Amino acid sequence: MAQSKSRWSKLHNKLFEQNSLILTVGVLVTVSIGGIVEIAPLFYLDSTIEEVEGVRPYTPLEQIGRDIYIREGCYNCHSQMVRPLRDEVERYGHYSLAAESMYDHPFQWGSKRTGPDLARVGGKYSDEWHRDHLTNPQSVVPESIMPDYPFLAESELDFENVAANLRALRRVGVPYSDEMIEMAVSDVTTQLDPYAMDYDGFQERYPDALMRDFDGDPSRVTEMDALVAYLQVLGTMVDFSTYEAEADENLR
Amino acid sequence: MTIAQGLRRAGNDPSTAAVFLITILGALWSLFAAAYAPDAAMRGQSWLILGGFLTGIIMLVGTMAGGGVINDEREYNENLIKAGVIATMFWGIAGLLVGVIIALQLAFPVLNIEAFGFTNFGRLRPLHTSAVIFAFGGNALLATSFYVVQRTCRTRIAGGIWPWFVFWGYQFFIVIAASGYIIGITQSKEYAEPEWYADIWLTLVWVVYLLVFLGTLWKRKEPHIYVANWFYLAFIVTIAVLHVVNNLAMPVDFFGSRSYSLFAGVQDALTQWWYGHNAVGFFLTAGFLGIMYYFIPKRVQRPVYSYRLSIIHFWSLIFIYIWAGPHHLHYTALPEWAQTLGMTFSIMLWMPSWGGMINGLMTLSGAWDKLRTDPVVRMLVLSVAFYGMSTFEGPVMSIRAVNALSHYTDWTIGHVHSGALGWVGFISFGAMYCLVPWLWKRKGMHSKALVDWHFWIATFGILLYITSMWVAGIMQGLMWRAYNELGFLEFSFVETVEAMHIQYIIRAVGGLLYLGGALIMAYNVYRTIKGDVTEEDENVVPQTAAIPAQ
Repeated sequence: MAQSKSRWSKLHNKLFEQNSLILTVGVLVTVSIGGIVEIAPLFYLDSTIEEVEGVRPYTPLEQIGRDIYIREGCYNCHSQMVRPLRDEVERYGHYSLAAESMYDHPFQWGSKRTGPDLARVGGKYSDEWHRDHLTNPQSVVPESIMPDYPFLAESELDFENVAANLRALRRVGVPYSDEMIEMAVSDVTTQLDPYAMDYDGFQERYPDALMRDFDGDPSRVTEMDALVAYLQVLGTMVDFSTYEAEADENLR
Repeated sequence: MTIAQGLRRAGNDPSTAAVFLITILGALWSLFAAAYAPDAAMRGQSWLILGGFLTGIIMLVGTMAGGGVINDEREYNENLIKAGVIATMFWGIAGLLVGVIIALQLAFPVLNIEAFGFTNFGRLRPLHTSAVIFAFGGNALLATSFYVVQRTCRTRIAGGIWPWFVFWGYQFFIVIAASGYIIGITQSKEYAEPEWYADIWLTLVWVVYLLVFLGTLWKRKEPHIYVANWFYLAFIVTIAVLHVVNNLAMPVDFFGSRSYSLFAGVQDALTQWWYGHNAVGFFLTAGFLGIMYYFIPKRVQRPVYSYRLSIIHFWSLIFIYIWAGPHHLHYTALPEWAQTLGMTFSIMLWMPSWGGMINGLMTLSGAWDKLRTDPVVRMLVLSVAFYGMSTFEGPVMSIRAVNALSHYTDWTIGHVHSGALGWVGFISFGAMYCLVPWLWKRKGMHSKALVDWHFWIATFGILLYITSMWVAGIMQGLMWRAYNELGFLEFSFVETVEAMHIQYIIRAVGGLLYLGGALIMAYNVYRTIKGDVTEEDENVVPQTAAIPAQ
């Protein structure tokens, strides 16, 4: 390498090229600046997350369904982020708010739409449609290239340890109360039964949560129950009748 | 230096004992996990992890019984690099093969074998990305960085047994991660899918990697740290920071597989794409620029074009790259100020990227004839050209208006692959074609013609890949936003999927050709290692294992 005579090159040569520790520290400082400036403010700027009504932590059943969604890698093909573009708002519904994923550990915004966006899929189709679609997508959408998931309806749901999941989520900031954690296991079966003894208690813990058998077989608690419960709540929590997009606190 | 000083064995030194302790602790943890894991996936995987640690213990006992690790300070450690070359080839073919499979699954969904979903697209896609980025690319970086740092510092790699711990520990991480995806263990952060226990293991391996690298720099016999090593160092240091921050998570159970990210929603999204984009910037760019800065000058026997340009583009590249993450989140719920910052820096990034490209290409000044005579140089040069192309395409796609069309479509996939197949793949293959004759002391590759075949087949495969993905991505983006004359959306979503069927087939063919090229290379490498070399290649300058005296 040709040696340059410029003063800066000489300084660089003396300082960084002959001291590996100074080089290491120099790299560390240089690469830290951008991340700190961009990420740190998101944790304290009030304007980062809009003020909305209706967003609540997931029920234990929905949370297990979300874990299944992650386990199967649904995020590889489905985004959960409607952009404020005319065609997307018409195709999927109101654009997504930051508040809608404030309890999502981790987020599921996705990066690729091999299949459609799912941010507002909740309530769009019946439970039966979801069951058919998950078991054999081509039975309801013949051109679909989605894999089949017939095993979901066959697999018993493993939920006896769900309280530990809620406890871990509480440690990272999801406001689950002691009561929610205590009732976690029974809340799974409560949600699946529209005539449950604890109907009122459950609705108080998780306002407006859907309560019904999701997999079409009330005698069993399956992974299909959990995944459909999760899909049916997606994008339905925010009360858009009280949301003021133009309010000062929501302008970003 | 006397022979006794030179031939130091690291047999029963504290380092070996420490590695031994690590494997014992690991084995104990996995034994408890097998017994007490709350989830079925972990109860299954813990046996595999236990098997890995037990294999480690057996290997260690074997080494100790044989008198310990030979640490001859008069010679470079070449066995380590040989292992790295073989691992690179193995994982490269594995990763490309999975890529071809999932490409075919998108064209023919019947290839998603039902059973329990083990081979569904959703589980195989992370397997593909991790295998090519971390297993193939990572091993190429380990092997070349260990080679380059020894040669340019004129000293044996530091740390006795520790570089071997890095090598085998890294392979173990790959196996844990890959087997986890298949059985459904993932934290769903793209390119950071492995769960918390695999992340902790990788952190340990990575810190040792950094110390081994720094340790070698500390005992260098050259006054200056060569430019390739700046890039390797930036890669190792920054990946450590990115990995630790993005993987901060709360495990559900100390013996369970599941954890929940420390961050949520918008903060989690930006942390992830700060990580994700800089996995590209520091793993797939800075690290491989290290390869470029050693192997191109070495192969064409010319000095690096400009010393000053390398200083300027090094510091500006690592400074600017870190800011570019938010361009993955245009028009999302991320605040607009962050999106704008990300876009601005992404466009600025074009300059340092092309600074690197120019420095690499212009190194051929006075040796351009080698493009005709040496297929390895052709591969290295085309790789830098692809680097230039994809680092131009990237800033264009980071412009919000362009991104509104390209995001969520296969245009992104095509862009990634022009970088991955063209730049990362070709620079790695080129480096391996240099290393194999050097390390195994051959006068050339088994067949120069097969190198040529590899080059042309793979190049044709890349072209099929990126052109079909441009068509698929831009077409789908336009179809999503198409309106009919009555003001309604023209196409349903599934119509846009149906329209891409032919492009998905062409893409799979492109991937298959690229895999074919790699298989030709594997055969060629195998025959070369075996010793079947008849023709002498004047472009291969023999490299001895002995460290030149002061």
